[in-house]
Amino acid sequence: MSRVLTVARNTFREAVRDRVLYNLVFFALLMMAAAVIVGQISMDIETVVMISLGLSAISLIGLLIAVFTGVGLVSKEIDKRTLHAVLARPLQRWEFLLGKFTGLVMTLAVNTAAMAAGLFLALLVVKHSLVRGDSVVLVAVFLILLKLMLVVALAMLFSCFTSPLLAILFTGGIYVAGLFVSELRSLQVTNLTPQMQKFFAVISYILPNFGNYDVMGAAAHGRGIAGRLVIYNTLYTLLYCAIVLGAASVIFSRKDLK
Amino acid sequence: MPSPAIETESLAKEYPHGFLHLKKKTSLEGLTMQVQEGEVFGLLGPNGAGKSTTIKLLMGIIFPTAGSARMLDKPVSDVSMHREIGYLPEQPYFYDYLTAAEVLDYFARFHGYSGAERGERVERMLKKVGLETAGKIQLRKYSKGMLQRVGLAQAILHDPKLVILDEPMSGLDPVGRREVRDIILELKNAGKTILFSTHILSDAEVLCDRVGVIAGGKLRGVGAPGAIVGMKTVGMEILFELAEGKAMAGKFLATASKSGGGYRLSVAEKELYEALDELSEAGAKIIAVTQIKPTLEDFFMELVGKERAQAAAVEVSGK
Repeated sequence: MSRVLTVARNTFREAVRDRVLYNLVFFALLMMAAAVIVGQISMDIETVVMISLGLSAISLIGLLIAVFTGVGLVSKEIDKRTLHAVLARPLQRWEFLLGKFTGLVMTLAVNTAAMAAGLFLALLVVKHSLVRGDSVVLVAVFLILLKLMLVVALAMLFSCFTSPLLAILFTGGIYVAGLFVSELRSLQVTNLTPQMQKFFAVISYILPNFGNYDVMGAAAHGRGIAGRLVIYNTLYTLLYCAIVLGAASVIFSRKDLK
Repeated sequence: MPSPAIETESLAKEYPHGFLHLKKKTSLEGLTMQVQEGEVFGLLGPNGAGKSTTIKLLMGIIFPTAGSARMLDKPVSDVSMHREIGYLPEQPYFYDYLTAAEVLDYFARFHGYSGAERGERVERMLKKVGLETAGKIQLRKYSKGMLQRVGLAQAILHDPKLVILDEPMSGLDPVGRREVRDIILELKNAGKTILFSTHILSDAEVLCDRVGVIAGGKLRGVGAPGAIVGMKTVGMEILFELAEGKAMAGKFLATASKSGGGYRLSVAEKELYEALDELSEAGAKIIAVTQIKPTLEDFFMELVGKERAQAAAVEVSGK
């Protein structure tokens, strides 16, 4: 485990030194501008707008980092051959993958936490006070982080067997398809042949259900989010990540490096 | 008898290439060799001969198409044995956002050293490779030679029993090469087993107990640098002095060349006495007579020449 953490720590350090966290400046500027503009609207929708905008920005920025950095986690090491000296250590290839994954998730967690703090600050500016119900925003942020974990795992899987560009396209494609899993399942009630119904049913259960993580509406309107949903989503993410990373490890462990 | 430090058995590597990867390119073919404990073994060969492929197979960076390899009595697939192995990749490249000290500290962590021990080892290694003043500079500012030194430092950081160096002299100036040679000799004196690849033959002749020559993916010969080229004398060299004004005429004298204060003459072994008679008649003073033996370089060039001629023939015939 210490070897995994060593790789994770270095991955986090790399992200920091490669200025990945500079996106926080952009987020801060966005929140400041939003707070000023929303303050002018003053139609009792400031909170809804601020939370929707903030969560969308947290999600989008996180997704961009998860996809682009996630794809580069392994492919960059292979291309630059930095991996050769690392794999000469008593380190299994799956440990390296897990370390890289953990390191990027740590980076995303810090990044997401900082953006969440920025969002709360902006809310404080707009509302002049925070209430207990605002804590639902934290739950929404946590679910975004879970979603990002899954995106990182997928990006790593694709980067293990294809080019970085294709890995980005595949990850993006799976993410977009995963947003429509519920719609795909509801196709079963339309006039489809039994074979097609079966096909879509199978696909809908194989695809990661990214729609599950979207609680932005509930968070923006201060509606509670069921604890059960959070627990199920957490377990779902952990299980899905384990399967995806397991597949990535099998591929990566047999891969000839340059 | 102790088991060899490195042992390969019919090791082979083919790479798929072409459309749909249907064609195969053989990079290494049936490599069977042993490196004994405590020996310095040089893998010699031109670029693309299969030296780096061999080393990458040993280090588990690529996987063999056929055959097997063992290091320190364990199959190469067992990475736990890497605790005892140091590896310098060819043209090493490390995380350029780290300093040399940070890179070494990162690698030391995999070996489970305490913080104090890591600090002490990192400092010692930086000093050993002459980077003690550059240890706090990010690697993106390092020259190729400096990166090579960092590579060497990380390879011996954990005091391994077996050190594998892929082109360790590459990118180094003469001073750097001399320093690396000294480090290799130091490791040898400490009883380490060393396998290194090179195409610089003088380094191999100076450092190696045995060499293996690889060309075209095949091992062409293994033995002591002297033995591998054979003990056969290819000629005789006579150093002599001749009084000024004497005519340089005669079958042999005419071919002599000026060398320092005297002359140098190379003749075939069977013509030695005939040449000495001619020199004696001309009043020359013989300084030395030595045998000319083929160098590793001659052997290497002959081998590579054959290989290239063969490749050219294949290309011409289109097979």
